[in-house]
Amino acid sequence: MIEAVGLTKRYGAKTAVYNLSFQVRPGAVTGFLGPNGSGKSTTMRMILGLDNPTSGQVTIGGFPYRKLPNAPRQVGALLDAKAVHGGRHARNHLLCLAQLSGIPARRVDEVLGVVGLQDVAKRRSKGFSLGMGQRLGIAAALLGDPQVLLFDEPVNGLDPEGILWVRNLMKSLAAEGRTVFVSSHLMSEMALTADHLIVIGRGQLLSDMSVKDFISANSADFARVRTPDTEPQQREKLSAALTEAGGQVLPEQDGALRVTGLPLPRISDLAHGADVRLWELSPHQASLEEAYMRMTQGAVDYRSTIDQRSGLQQEMPPGAMPPPQMPVAGQGQPGWYAPPPPQQGGQPFAMPQGQPAGPYGAPAAPAAPAAPGSTGGPNPYAQAAQPSAAAAQPAASDLTKPEDAR
Amino acid sequence: MSTPQPPMPQQAAPQPSMPPQQAAPNWQAAPAPSYTSPIPIVRTHLGHALSSEWTKIRSVRSTMWTLGVFVLLVVGIGLAAGAAVSSSSPDLSGENPLSLGFFGLLLGSMCIITLGVLTTASEYGTGMIRTTMTACPSRGRVLAAKAIVFFVVAFVITVVSAAFVGFAQVAMLDGTGADEPTGDDWLKGTVGIGLYIALLGLLSLIVGSLVRHSAGAITIMIGTVLAPLVIAMFMFSESLSDLRDALFEYSIPNQLSVFYDNSLSRSGPSGWDPLWIILGVTAVAFVAAYALLEKRDV
Repeated sequence: MIEAVGLTKRYGAKTAVYNLSFQVRPGAVTGFLGPNGSGKSTTMRMILGLDNPTSGQVTIGGFPYRKLPNAPRQVGALLDAKAVHGGRHARNHLLCLAQLSGIPARRVDEVLGVVGLQDVAKRRSKGFSLGMGQRLGIAAALLGDPQVLLFDEPVNGLDPEGILWVRNLMKSLAAEGRTVFVSSHLMSEMALTADHLIVIGRGQLLSDMSVKDFISANSADFARVRTPDTEPQQREKLSAALTEAGGQVLPEQDGALRVTGLPLPRISDLAHGADVRLWELSPHQASLEEAYMRMTQGAVDYRSTIDQRSGLQQEMPPGAMPPPQMPVAGQGQPGWYAPPPPQQGGQPFAMPQGQPAGPYGAPAAPAAPAAPGSTGGPNPYAQAAQPSAAAAQPAASDLTKPEDAR
Repeated sequence: MSTPQPPMPQQAAPQPSMPPQQAAPNWQAAPAPSYTSPIPIVRTHLGHALSSEWTKIRSVRSTMWTLGVFVLLVVGIGLAAGAAVSSSSPDLSGENPLSLGFFGLLLGSMCIITLGVLTTASEYGTGMIRTTMTACPSRGRVLAAKAIVFFVVAFVITVVSAAFVGFAQVAMLDGTGADEPTGDDWLKGTVGIGLYIALLGLLSLIVGSLVRHSAGAITIMIGTVLAPLVIAMFMFSESLSDLRDALFEYSIPNQLSVFYDNSLSRSGPSGWDPLWIILGVTAVAFVAAYALLEKRDV
């Protein structure tokens, strides 16, 4: 049982974790999710007593980690697969950890066998692949046969066989009555492994519920509706009718419509009433990944944008049109993920009032979903790039010279 | 309390009937399902940390390299100096033949400094420290174990090398009129110099723990060894002569030479003084490193 109460960690002006409270119960795999930089690893380090919380506390079985008698026998952790001295044999690495907590040396060979590294036990871990490093880290976590296990991104770099093995390992460890706390950003993996989810964003708790509840609470089921591709006006007509009836309509990439807020029979009736033929009308449930993306979209610190390559492209021949920018799923489309359920008022995640804007000067959460829209215009060169095009020309002609010389 | 339990036969299935040892947190009190390991839990102490650190120090190549180069420098330069002096057959009456080992040890101390820094700082560089501190949340115990293991290794290697070179030089210089070293000379030239070099290495280990960066800590320590001497060399001004003399006398190379009674000057530390100086400095640094280690985030 891991229990965090009001956990807060500040590094100078940056608040990595703010007022985090949660419980991780034994007998289940608890997933710990959050975007990059959301404070997952900081929280893990505070659980393990490596970092001292600025305020609040976290206990394991009622004790702060550093007060646990023979802590590695109670808690095993994989923090970072690269947190080993590369010059040491795998076996010696585990042996020195075993000696530190009075674990018999025989256990070292045992866990090496468990993770499948017995053949490379005498090889220096510097030469290990990422997957082998993860296995070594998992071996170190299992060394003390502990009651509580923490894994930070355990499947990073593992092959499919390894991922399956880790998945089954987590489940079997939890089935033995242990507490298993796994951080990951692989939603598909968590959907298969975890029973319970704790989601944080910008260091704050976003959600603490079972995987099933999480999906149903954070994803509106939607209907996919397709009108005949040959008649675009039918699509417009249906969109208008559905919107009028209170549904929310989003176009999909392939010309279909994503409709929320209306049951399937009603959509069919509306289409019939509007005299629109349907090629497709199918129910969909958002995946865990979509539910997660929707929940955290306001709390993402590091957001990718479209690569502009401005000033680096060759000048267009006169009259030529730039290639049309095809929209990419999830990029530059603010409404790509299913809109929030009506009861949440369209606000996926609101930062508490009085909090400053994001740590990197990013807009605070309410404004964030709109931000990608400004970068995802249909053709970024058509408007903004025009004034700078003349200035970019000398550079562009320079770039073409080596090609001419060839 | 501290006696490790005999290892139990390993069993795949958990044994809920077996109570945990000692004052472990009472997992059974939780209403939820819980797991109890069949491997007996022992109360850990410094001995466990010592065996762990011994495994660590002997299982990396940098230990073998630095100590190998150290022995090579001390023995090689010592024998070369002995051979050079004996072949030129000067009049060495009144000289302590052990002092020929000084040059090798001065250069060799750089290896001990490097090893000392690497013992702590390399764990920070590789991230191993997080694994170590998770496996042993008593951070002070880890530092103490590192200090003891390193000190013993450095002391033994230095004493053995210095004694070997000393015997060789005494044999080589037989007949050149050099003094036969007294018992006190031998003690200072082996145990004294061994303690001093090992403490210098221990200070490096502590600086490594404070700075947490291998290259930075090695630079600081080599600077500490060489800078006072180099700075003093360029203090021509008469008004600075007192400072210059102090820098000369308390520079580490000069303190090393005190163990051979051939200090650059006669007013500075003498006898066993250098040992007490470095012991005091190291003790203060150790207390600071200990306090900082307990307080800082890993």
